[in-house]
This record gives sequence, C-alpha cells and structure tokens, in this order.
Amino acid sequence: MRGIVQSIKGLLGGAPRKLSQDQITEAARQLHKFKRQPEERKKRIALIHEELEQPSYSFTHYSFKWRKWRWTSIILINMLFVVSFHFDVQLVEGALTASRFVGFHMADLNSALQITLAHKHIVINLVIGTVTVGILWWLVGGRAFCSWACPYHLVSEWAEMVHLWMAGKGWASDLPLDRRMRTVLYVIFAMLALGTGYTVFEAISPVGILSRALIYGAGVALIWVGLLLSVEVFFIRRFWCRYVCPIGMTYGFLGSVAPLVIEYKLEDCLHEGECRQVCLVPHVLEMTKKSRAEDVTMSVGADCTRCGMCIEACPTGALNFKIRGTGGLL
Amino acid sequence: MMEKKLTPKQKRERRTLLMSIFMGAGVVGSGLMAYLPLHLQWESLLRPPGALAEKDLLAACIKCGQCVQVCPVEAIFLVDGEGGLGVGVPYIDARKQACDFSCDATQCILACPTGALSHDIDKKEQVNMGVARLARPNACLARLGKGFRGKARGADFDGLHRYMEIDRWNPIKISDHPYDLELCDLCVRECPIEGAISLEPLSEDQADDDKSRIPVVHDKCVGCGMCEMICPVESAAIVIDQNREGPKV
Repeated sequence: MRGIVQSIKGLLGGAPRKLSQDQITEAARQLHKFKRQPEERKKRIALIHEELEQPSYSFTHYSFKWRKWRWTSIILINMLFVVSFHFDVQLVEGALTASRFVGFHMADLNSALQITLAHKHIVINLVIGTVTVGILWWLVGGRAFCSWACPYHLVSEWAEMVHLWMAGKGWASDLPLDRRMRTVLYVIFAMLALGTGYTVFEAISPVGILSRALIYGAGVALIWVGLLLSVEVFFIRRFWCRYVCPIGMTYGFLGSVAPLVIEYKLEDCLHEGECRQVCLVPHVLEMTKKSRAEDVTMSVGADCTRCGMCIEACPTGALNFKIRGTGGLL
Repeated sequence: MMEKKLTPKQKRERRTLLMSIFMGAGVVGSGLMAYLPLHLQWESLLRPPGALAEKDLLAACIKCGQCVQVCPVEAIFLVDGEGGLGVGVPYIDARKQACDFSCDATQCILACPTGALSHDIDKKEQVNMGVARLARPNACLARLGKGFRGKARGADFDGLHRYMEIDRWNPIKISDHPYDLELCDLCVRECPIEGAISLEPLSEDQADDDKSRIPVVHDKCVGCGMCEMICPVESAAIVIDQNREGPKV
C-alpha cells in the first residue's frame, strides 16, 4: 500500500526522498552494506571499465529490442484508424479520442473526462468506452498508452533524438522544469472544462490534433504541434510528455495498480545510471541510485510508461518487465 | 536592506520554478487563446443533423469524427485549428456537399458516441440544422421564369446526391445527372423533405402566361442544404441560415 502511495506521489510531482534506514528491508540493507565494501566497489568499477572497453560501446549500443516493437505498435494502432477510414474497412472508426472497435465503443479516458466535466452529463456510451479502454491499458500498465499508442510520443521521441544530438554539439540545452507543474495544469484544465463548459484542453491536445490529422488530413492545427516539438528540440527535453500532458497523468493513475511493471533487481545493478539517462520520467528510477532501493526487488512507479528503454540501456539486465502477483510464474 | 544570499542550488531551484510557471502559463494561455475565434464569432457553421446548441455541441463533442466516417455523401468535415475551441467539431459546407439524407436514417447521429448529435432524433423530419432562405431572389431562375438545361453545377462539380429513381441505394454525382427543365425547380425537386419548399406564384393576380414562380420555404424545412447545393446559379440564390439553438425535440 505504501508503495502505491509513494508511486502516486511521484506521479503528482513529489520529489524522491532518501529513506531512513528502518524503512529499508533487512535484506536490502544487507545488500547495500555488502555493495559498499571496498572490494565490491572495485569489482563494480572493473566491470564498468570492461563494458566501456567493448568496441561497440556508445550511446547507440542499445539493442532496441523493445523499441522496434513499440514503434511498430504506435504506427500499427494509428494506421488501423487511417486504413479503416480510407478503405472503409470499418475496423476502428473514429480517432484516438473516441472510436468504435468492430462496433464496440472505445473512449480515451482523458477526453471522456474533459467532455463529462464540460457537458455535465454522464453518457452511457462513454462509460462503456472508458471502462473498456481503462481495463485494456490498466492490464499493460497505464501509461503504456503513451509509449505504445500515442502518436505524439513517437514524434516527440524523434524530437528528443535531435535534441540529444544537438545538446551533444552544444547547440541546445535541457532546462528541467518542476514536475508538480503537470498536477497544477491537470487541475486547471479540469476546472476550465467544469467552469467554462468548453473542453479547453482538447483544443490544444497534440494527441487529438495528430490523430485527427492522420485520419482526416493535415491542417493548420499542426502548427501548434510543431511549436511544441521545437520547444522540445531546443529548450526542454520531452516538455509535453514530462511536464504537461494530463492524458499521461490520467493513465498514470491506472498504472499505479497495474499488473505489468518494470522490475528492478538491486543485486544485478552496477549503479551506472544509464537507465535514468534514457528514461522519459527518470524520477521513477530513483531506486537505482546507490543505497536507495527499499527492497532487493522493486517495481517501478506509476509514472513509468513501460517503454522498455531502461531495459535496453541496462548492461546487466537489472531491469525487466514483470507481471505482478503471479508469484514468478510468468 | 539586506539582500538574502542564495546558494547556487537555491538559485537553480528558483529558476526552475519560475521557468515552470512561465511555461505552464504559456500552455494555459494557448488554451485560452482558443476562446478568441469563438468570442469574435469568426465562423458561423452549418452543423450536422441533431447537433446540440452551439455551446453544448462544443462541450459534448469528443472530436473523434465518427460522424464524418459514416456519412455516405461525405458531407461532414471537422473544423481545423483556426476554429479555436471548436477544433475537431463537425460541420457541413452545404454548397460543396449538402446532407441529402442518402443514409435514410441519420447515420451521423447514430455514430456519435456522446450525444453531441442528439440521440433524441431518429427521423430526418425532426432535424433542425437551419432553414433555407431565398437570399438572391433576383438571381433565382424560377423567379425569372427561366428553365434549366444541363448539369446543375457544371461538369467539374463533385457533389453527390441520391436520385431515388436511378439508384435507390447509392448516391451518384450531380454532374452525371443532367436536367432539362422548362421552369427551374431544382430546389423543390431535389429537396429530401416533403413539404419543406414549394414554388408559388409571385402574386395572386399573376397573368396566366407568366410562368415565373418563387420558391417558398415552409416550416418543415430542416436546413439540410440540398437546395443550396443544387441551385445552378453562382453564387446560390437560396442559402441556409444556421440554427444555433439545437434540436427542437
């Protein structure tokens, strides 16, 4: 229970804090102590050196075994909408905000929330749609929506690559923002919908704009998406997904209790921090810092998008996908 | 007064906080900017059948375009970015492609997941998108006593219409259906709603050899825009005045 509370606090923007010794399990404490021994440290340093000396080593040495599936998933899901409309297959009618999948209602949780607040009616189709979509994304980890379905996430990932390349050349820098900003914006957009009766967020949501542009054709609304991407390229790495998007936060709540998580094994970790460098939401990987893990195995928090980049980045396999509550059967 | 010295860490934190407030305000500000087009009423659009009153429509519409997808004549489009808060909300450009109820029922309403197109409506006669008005009586061929021969909107016009006598199930191009009329009655002839519009004499004491007539719009008109689309003069003599108040039922 405390894990879930901590995980939601992190989602809302709470800063990770150092735990007192009595909050760490005995096994983890022993392991931390063991890892602090000089000879263990030497061993770790030697391992890292060995890793660095491998000729293939660079920031592009990752396997990308998950990324290729993830990109395929994003493209496939979005193409299903496009193909369904243009070839009149009627498989998935609508856009990412709401659709019918072979006739069955689907609705994006955040869009449904916005219009329910604005219109002040409970619409039964939306209830059916959100419950269906909610269960689906809950199963695979809440914010998995972001990294496995959201079209903006994909273009933002490309913008991030440009940003990192430019940062490497010294042409761009990342100004970190306060993560509590997203919680404040979440409340503001909810209040705006409730108070004004307009779905203000929907007007500027790059997710809806992109999804509609793909299906119904490009328009001037894409200028806004371009503007957001240029902010991400030049000033603030992953600005929208990290600090703004209420959609991510809505799915994040589901993710706090989702069965599919990334699991961290303290024993295998060399504490290099490569995972945190590739992560969209590095605060969820706080336990990978030295002496921070509460337990010998830990689940990564609610804000995690289950993108698998940390798994790809980790040279020792200390991070992996896991299905909770199956007692290691899966 | 003593300036409080801040440590580099405090300075960094303060900069982060200020930057966050600035960027957050920017995002909210951009959202609020979307009010402008509405406030200034830059656009007055014909909405699809069953559309709620303008403000409720914008609130209830989930901007998914399922209505766009089911329309057999592809009359419905989604508003682009310049629509501000109305972005992604459906509209019809009747002159380009009117709703002619080729779908028999009101498919767009059935497709709408949120009731932004009101589910209270299930017959075309209940629709209340607007009402037709003879905007340029001096251009109206019937009023001039003229007939019409040829393709109503020219050979290049892509608009579709279902001609019951030709194909009960599929709409065809208007340009594939030329007319030869002694007196132009296209707006009356192609109106999908019975009793919505009729040609009447200009006055009670009109001479018998004066064949000119004037189209008169009746209460039954639902504002589908078929008359506006088919009107052969450029620009249309008859147009739709949009109803912004939502359905009557």
